[in-house]
Amino acid sequence: MSAESVSADRDERLAPGGGSQWLRAAGKRLLMTVGPVVVALAIAGLLLLALGVDPLRYYSYVVQRGLLSPSGVQQTLTRMAPLLFLAAGLIVAFRAGIWNLGGDGQFLLGAVAAAASAPFLADHVPAWAALLVAFVIATAVAVVWSLVPALLKAYQGVNEIITTLMMTFLGASLANVLVKLVFLDPATTVPQTRTLAVADRLPRLFDTTISSGLVFGLIAIVAVHLMMTRTSFGLRLRIVGANPRAAIHAGLDVPILTVAVFALSAGLCGMAGALDVLGVQGNVRADWNPGYALTVIPMVFLARFNGFAAIAFVGLLSVLSIGGESAARRMGVPNDFTLVLVAIVLIVLAIAEYIDHRHKKAAGR
Amino acid sequence: MADLFSVVFLGALLFGAVTAAVPLLLAGLGEQMSEKAGVLNIGIEGMMIFGAYTGFLGAYLSNSMWLGFLAGMAGGMAVSLIMVILCVRYGLNQIVIGIGLTLGFEGLTALLHHFQFSRTYPRLPAAEPVSIPVLSDLPVVGAAFFNHHLIVYLAVALVAVMAFVYRRTQLGLNLQAAGDKPAALDVTGVNVVATRAFAVMVTGALAGLGGAYLANVGAGLFVPFITNGSGFLGIVLAMLSRGRPLWVLIGAFVFGLCLALTTALQVAGVNIPTDVIQMIPFLAVMVMLVAFGRRSSLPAALGLPYERGAR
Repeated sequence: MSAESVSADRDERLAPGGGSQWLRAAGKRLLMTVGPVVVALAIAGLLLLALGVDPLRYYSYVVQRGLLSPSGVQQTLTRMAPLLFLAAGLIVAFRAGIWNLGGDGQFLLGAVAAAASAPFLADHVPAWAALLVAFVIATAVAVVWSLVPALLKAYQGVNEIITTLMMTFLGASLANVLVKLVFLDPATTVPQTRTLAVADRLPRLFDTTISSGLVFGLIAIVAVHLMMTRTSFGLRLRIVGANPRAAIHAGLDVPILTVAVFALSAGLCGMAGALDVLGVQGNVRADWNPGYALTVIPMVFLARFNGFAAIAFVGLLSVLSIGGESAARRMGVPNDFTLVLVAIVLIVLAIAEYIDHRHKKAAGR
Repeated sequence: MADLFSVVFLGALLFGAVTAAVPLLLAGLGEQMSEKAGVLNIGIEGMMIFGAYTGFLGAYLSNSMWLGFLAGMAGGMAVSLIMVILCVRYGLNQIVIGIGLTLGFEGLTALLHHFQFSRTYPRLPAAEPVSIPVLSDLPVVGAAFFNHHLIVYLAVALVAVMAFVYRRTQLGLNLQAAGDKPAALDVTGVNVVATRAFAVMVTGALAGLGGAYLANVGAGLFVPFITNGSGFLGIVLAMLSRGRPLWVLIGAFVFGLCLALTTALQVAGVNIPTDVIQMIPFLAVMVMLVAFGRRSSLPAALGLPYERGAR
């Protein structure tokens, strides 16, 4: 019976009618995603207009600087690398129904661990080995950091939104303490860690300034997407996310899976920090906190936890932030406008999804 | 070391602790009300920052601290109105909209400040304190606790008001039911959406007032991103307090004390990075959670939109 239904399914998809239906669904999906973004750009444009800035000039400048100029594109693609790792980490957690809001703490501790170990290791072993070991250390530090909320959630049922928020405040302070007291570079007057020599950093792609971290980031997010959608482990995590009680009835070891999700999620966030240090920054300065994770959370929601869609949204965020930084210098619009834009996109998209949901319901199940 | 424990130092420290605690208290009390009614209000940071901005602007333009506070409350309520429409009325995801509102209003206030004041940060005149007779003459604690702006006493009194409302009034029961068993509340003929909307609007007013206090009394000026995570601390306080307003007060004071300690030790010339001290309150809470690890008693329907007839 099941074989029959599967083949019937396949036939339907192969049949011309089914194909066009699939195409129409995909087209609708695209429209549902692009449409709200356009609407949001229009609303944000009106805001710019109200502030006396020509929105068309602003947008064209952002696109040109973030997307079309050679140096801009390279910066945009480099910026994407840590954001992709963060998105991958958040997708794992959110799909499993665990609200890891501590990404920024995990990111910063990973970054500090990498910044502390890489220059030291580079003195003793070949650069590639130093990078690899630093990367592993950073990941391990982030995973260990997530054990506290993970164990509390898994075995005591303590709400992870509180614990991860607390741990992210703690992590940001701890990262600062480590930079200022333990890993301080005595050779400079500014409080920062030792700087990894440019020659020892992650290689750049071909003849560009794009960090090869981009490739790792893409691999990470695709791997996470496939893991969540194609493997039995991913299925188990999604069951836990959809209904923990049902998961227990299905015989799943929910506590162990919860700890695993935390470890994966935090590990990926730690990798993001390591990548940003090993590929781009070279060191960690005191009080450095780009707050990437908090801005990536909306992107992951916009992508509806889909890895491929997340790549597109992370790309959009990179273009907006790199282009926005240039536009801010050039046109006197503060960089913070990017935040407003992201927020408007997020809210409009949530509304669009709601309307779509209503339509489907009205059309009869 | 003797300097550290001088009467003056202790007095200044406690005074600073109260000043730092008031915005956290207001945000925590507000968040507590939302959560009681079943709305997880991640957008509270956005409500605070907009309240700080409108509150500062109100006080700056009108030269009146009280009009500033009113403007701050109005600002916070404007943000919570968006939350009411999208999350309470139409049931959109509370975490998505909450983060959206926080990011959006952080950016918007920075933007508006830039276009209005460019790179200048005008100051407000110092807030007039009200000394409580007799009590304010007590050594150390007198000046620290009983010589503040009137709004501080009102904020503390609000703790008792909230506790009374939650325990002794029909409204308190309705709020509780809206968070725990919205369907049951609906059956009794009480409008769940209206109850939750009321809670979220109060949250906005309190968070906005907290933001206005932070800008007008605490700092005396507005700088972009001035709330710096106070709203998130409010969420933490609300979640830790298990629905009891008094615990929010205690928690806010502990956090406030740690924040004041950071500044005080710097002034006293103690050479510890401020980050170490900033970690203390969070560390304390984590230790408590690890040691007791009791199951958090959050409302059953927290974060879930209510739709009549849906199961």
